[in-house]
Amino acid sequence: MIAAPAQPETADVGRIDVEPVNAAERRPLYEKRAKIFPRAVSGRYRAVKWAALAAILGLYYILPWLRWDRGPNAPDQAVLIDFPGQRFYLFFIEIWPQEVYFITGLLIMAALILFLVSGIAGRVWCGYACPQTVWTDLFMWVERRIDGDRNAQMRLDRAPWTWRKLSKRAAKHGAWLLIAVGTGGAWVFYFADAPTLAAALARFEAPTVSYLFIGLLTCTTYLLAGHAREQVCTFMCPWPRIQGAMLDEHSMLVTYRRERGEPRGSHKRGQSWEGRGDCVDCKACVAVCPMGIDIRDGNQLECINCALCVDACNDIMDRVGRPRGLIAYDTMAGLADPSAEDASRPVWRRLRLLRPRTLLYAVSIVLVGAVMLATLVSRGDTEMAVLRDRNPLFVQLSDGSFRNGYTVKIQNKRHEARRFRILAEGLPGAHLSAVGGGSDDIPVGPDRLRTLRVYVAAPLPATPEAVTPFDIVAADLATGERFSHATTFRRAE
Amino acid sequence: MVGSGGPSDDVPTTGHEWDGITEFNKPLPRWWLWTFYATVIWSIGYWLAMPAWPLVEGYTRGLLGYSQRAVVAERIADSRAMQAQYVEQIADASLEEIRADPELLSFALAGGRSAFAVNCSQCHGSGAEGSVGYPNLNDDDWLWGGSLEEIAFTIRHGVRNESDEDARFNEMPAYGRDELLEPEQIEAVVRYTMSLSSGEGTAAEGEGATIFAEECATCHGEDGKGIVELGAPDLTDAIWLYGGGYESIRAQVENSRGGVMPNWSGRLPPETIKQLAIYVHSLGGGT
Repeated sequence: MIAAPAQPETADVGRIDVEPVNAAERRPLYEKRAKIFPRAVSGRYRAVKWAALAAILGLYYILPWLRWDRGPNAPDQAVLIDFPGQRFYLFFIEIWPQEVYFITGLLIMAALILFLVSGIAGRVWCGYACPQTVWTDLFMWVERRIDGDRNAQMRLDRAPWTWRKLSKRAAKHGAWLLIAVGTGGAWVFYFADAPTLAAALARFEAPTVSYLFIGLLTCTTYLLAGHAREQVCTFMCPWPRIQGAMLDEHSMLVTYRRERGEPRGSHKRGQSWEGRGDCVDCKACVAVCPMGIDIRDGNQLECINCALCVDACNDIMDRVGRPRGLIAYDTMAGLADPSAEDASRPVWRRLRLLRPRTLLYAVSIVLVGAVMLATLVSRGDTEMAVLRDRNPLFVQLSDGSFRNGYTVKIQNKRHEARRFRILAEGLPGAHLSAVGGGSDDIPVGPDRLRTLRVYVAAPLPATPEAVTPFDIVAADLATGERFSHATTFRRAE
Repeated sequence: MVGSGGPSDDVPTTGHEWDGITEFNKPLPRWWLWTFYATVIWSIGYWLAMPAWPLVEGYTRGLLGYSQRAVVAERIADSRAMQAQYVEQIADASLEEIRADPELLSFALAGGRSAFAVNCSQCHGSGAEGSVGYPNLNDDDWLWGGSLEEIAFTIRHGVRNESDEDARFNEMPAYGRDELLEPEQIEAVVRYTMSLSSGEGTAAEGEGATIFAEECATCHGEDGKGIVELGAPDLTDAIWLYGGGYESIRAQVENSRGGVMPNWSGRLPPETIKQLAIYVHSLGGGT
């Protein structure tokens, strides 16, 4: 270690009285959960986390209020999951129930992107974007506004029940519940026209199911972000278990540089740094950890890689006059080879982005994305389905000819009413008729599905085989577009 | 679990000891325990509130008075209330009016379909495809007429039953059983009848044609095309209620079978009969 000259701006750093309650070897299995009082911290990663929090909460609350003009016969909400109408609207995309594979594709994409990001940058999802992290952060911020920082919170926790404590507790839980209600309240706007529902909610005239879901999400938000907190990540979430398979020695993670920090010990101003590590054992990293671990014990399942300990340690290093980055983002490979000539470069410059793992994820993402895009672009706005009757398979008419029954469905995904003519093609001499009127002018409402019963009768010479394939065609009377569906005509052997 | 400095040192035991082996006292997780107590309390509340205990006669009704039968009755009543507006319109409208109104038509088709499944499918088949002796309702051959009104009339009054004066009725003589014709004569007329159906019987064919003109033409018509008013089937078409082979036709001429259909007016409400008529007519036979 380099001996550093005493610097006037460096200061003594005290030791914080804190135990990493979730440190692996100290956690008895049957003990009551020890409460964690993370200390407030500021720094680069805290700032990034605030920005991510603002962006994610903003998105969540604003999205249902965005409008998107789809013409007169469709809702104008940009993102709307319309269960009664059986439609999913996402900006310019409109999904019918039978196209639910788009949702499946989106979920597959999301999973693959999560894999890719984890493979390269570790648990950034856990640390910055997971709703559990975001809402817990928000709840902790509220807690600090009311109860004060770590020490004040601990004092209050130990204090007997006085009016002051009662009022503080009431304020905190009240604020939490308000946020929780707001969370549930925003959720239901995704499932109905937001302004209409908001007005109905305020007048207590909204459907019961809206209040039910607000209540449900209020409970989960309040419990998970207010009380369960790190237990959700440690005990409930499957992702910390799965992600072990996504990480390797080139994945970025928050880590303590042991060879630089050890041997640790307290340090008085002016003392030599010769023969000792940079870690002054101030336990600032432990005090700020929302998961209650000691990052100096190495990578642990509990660690969500939120990097708050990085901010805390950098602050201490500045104060004692040592270089930053004792706790930092690095890769296992980078740690194992500290002598590499470029170890001083920031970790994202040293990341090995091209690995079989990342290539596989990236190619899969591109593939799934391309398939989905191609399907989305090429899907028609009119679809037709023909279901032939199975009981009876065919009917013999008095002149000896045969007739088959079909159920024809025409899906008009355009937001305008249309008229169709239904024909049978590929069956010479066939006669097609629709139940309840002619087959020449069939109106189909805007964004509607029309179901028709159709009979096709064909004289014997037209059907030399017992089963004859042919097409039922719907022709748009206005545009002349033709949509056909293959089916078969059957007769007795 | 026993090891120097291991967790066993801190864990209290139950005090039981067997040959030096002690038992750890590891209590249930607190949340588990409280959940268990909560379920116990819940079950007591449930016993009081809901039907729970069987008695010698009956059972405890519970304070809430809940009953699944009542719920079902309520739901059926709700459905009936929702259907009422359509049912009323159907009661007031003529069959043609129902057919012309798309909303009423789709209601009548759905209602007719379920009424058919419950009341008619036993004989006519679930697809109305019929069977030997039971008419196929999908084809275009109607013994008693295939118009909406005719179908509705047949459903209301039935065929050859003894409980409705207006029931459709006819009876073909049993030429063999009652010895109205000699076996050779029957043979001849069956051959002639079969030739009618195959399209070759236009030319008079000796004895068979003579017997047909004397015995059969009164009801089936001189050309054998049947008379709907009498319910006499068309013998020239491809559809045979009791089979179109020689044996089947001969059996019919000798023994004369005729199906019976119950009269449904009085058994089903008039609106249901209207829906049934619409549905049966929609099966494709209606002409």
